[in-house]
Amino acid sequence: MTRGGIALSGALLLTCLFPFVAATFYTELATKVMILAIFALSLDLLVGYTGLVSFGHAAYFGVGAYALGLLAPKYEAANLWLTLPAAVLFAGLAALAVGALVVRVKGIYFIMVTLAFAQMFYFVFHDTKFGRGSDGISINVKPVAAIGSLVPFDLGNSTHVYFLILAALVGVFVFLRLLLRSPFGRALQGICSNEQRMRSLGFPVYRYKLASFAIAGALAGLAGYLSALQFGFVNPELLSWHQSGNVLLMLILGGLGTLYGAVVGAFAFVAMEEIFSSLTTHWQLLLGATIIALVLALPGGLASVKNRFRRTLVGETDVD
Amino acid sequence: MDLYSFLIQLLNGIQYGLLLFLVASGLTLIFGIMGIINLAHGSFYMVGAYMAFSLAALTGSLFVAVVLGSVLCVLLGIALEWALFSRLYQRDHLEQVLLTYGLILVFEELRSLIVGNDVHSVAVPDLFNWSIPLTDTLSYPVYRLFMSAVCIVLAVLLYLLIARTRLGMMIRAGASNREMVQALGINIKLVYRLVFALGVALAAFAGMIAAPVSSVYPGMGTGVLIICFVVVVIGGIGSIWGALFASLLIGLADTFGQVLLPEAAGVIVYVLMAVILLWRPEGLFRRV
Repeated sequence: MTRGGIALSGALLLTCLFPFVAATFYTELATKVMILAIFALSLDLLVGYTGLVSFGHAAYFGVGAYALGLLAPKYEAANLWLTLPAAVLFAGLAALAVGALVVRVKGIYFIMVTLAFAQMFYFVFHDTKFGRGSDGISINVKPVAAIGSLVPFDLGNSTHVYFLILAALVGVFVFLRLLLRSPFGRALQGICSNEQRMRSLGFPVYRYKLASFAIAGALAGLAGYLSALQFGFVNPELLSWHQSGNVLLMLILGGLGTLYGAVVGAFAFVAMEEIFSSLTTHWQLLLGATIIALVLALPGGLASVKNRFRRTLVGETDVD
Repeated sequence: MDLYSFLIQLLNGIQYGLLLFLVASGLTLIFGIMGIINLAHGSFYMVGAYMAFSLAALTGSLFVAVVLGSVLCVLLGIALEWALFSRLYQRDHLEQVLLTYGLILVFEELRSLIVGNDVHSVAVPDLFNWSIPLTDTLSYPVYRLFMSAVCIVLAVLLYLLIARTRLGMMIRAGASNREMVQALGINIKLVYRLVFALGVALAAFAGMIAAPVSSVYPGMGTGVLIICFVVVVIGGIGSIWGALFASLLIGLADTFGQVLLPEAAGVIVYVLMAVILLWRPEGLFRRV
């Protein structure tokens, strides 16, 4: 077993023990961290491995969350096994539709266009009757995980929810690991480091990028669904651009293109949020100042990914 | 829709478009010349509007407030360029996005700390506080005409500055080749600082003159920023003409959309952007 493998198993073991020793508040907080970790992982596929900096990733998180809000019957429990795949599917389809337009453009355009389309989704849920306006939708009855008459776990129990979401996180992590080792994942990383060369090698770059965008959207939808499941309500703020900015921040905090960095970043972000908001109601001031200080103080901190980005974002080609 | 209501909406659309142009031109200049994506650009619009509110309350006159506010915003622009943005030129877009995102949070919280979270209205100056009657029931406020006129004057001045002056020549040269301009003995850092301050001042000025019409409220910068991104994407990055054309297009589409299709009003401009992206991913006007 490698050192990384030992560290990973150790972390997993500690995570499994955590809800048995921690108070409910901390179990729920850890659940929130894991949901955000799934969200950040989905963005890592896009930003860290495909070189597409999306500033509108919250849209698909929101679509996944709203899928549960809209599909759940008012006075009955929704079924997890039906609504969960539906949420992932809807988020994936939304990302596929937007992706078909946005992966045509590069660099700074890509950032602006993803943000603008995310704002469009925000307005769809905020302004129309379909999305029930700015108050959002509360999910009155917790969904159930029934298969026929068998109910393997209880979604009203925070420990059960914790393990469900832990399983989802591990699943997403393993899925991305395998995906990135597959020929498809290798091609994505090739596009990230040199798009021109991949194109000249005959790879259909557009389709690869689109697939990456759709998969990332679907996984973000999963995270959104789980968030709606945990908190029991959805509102347009889930799609707001703060959400998109924060998830990008998590990814940078933890490190791009490493997968586990997304998990670490989600943890660091929630820790920062908790500490700052316990100090003052104007905690976003501290968060903003921290972000600025971070970018200014660590010019080489993002060095490993810098060159890769410059190439894919500005469209510069490799010289060698 | 009869002729007069059509005329009113047309004027409103043009006025909104011209206002957007003031903000978007700064955004597109800062990107086109310095290669910086500035998410905090909408915050300057917000800062301008709040300055108009506070300074007008303090001095009792919107005109004094606008003049004073413009000077302050030029200084703010210079300070920000010196302290933060000048360190971003050689960085990648991801870092620029993060830093300017942090800056938005700081500006919003400072606004909340200093002025609070309430919506405030700003009085229209007496000189322009009347309307031109069109029919028995319809009239058009003169202040909006004044706004459009001011925007047009500024747009012309901006054009003259960039196309006809020595400074404009340096700006254009700096956009195409930074090293060469430096080698010719021009202080490019100073040029950048001026362009940045100009962009900040334009956005803030737009916020100031819009304050009596839109009132000032939290989050007003974000809305404008995102619409300006749509404008820049449609017009083509770095193109002033593109920004002008796209601003008017968006202004009219949004205004008429709210009248004709109120249900879909929030979405119309984005659909427009999607169509342009399908048709011409580079924007309507390639960079000049």
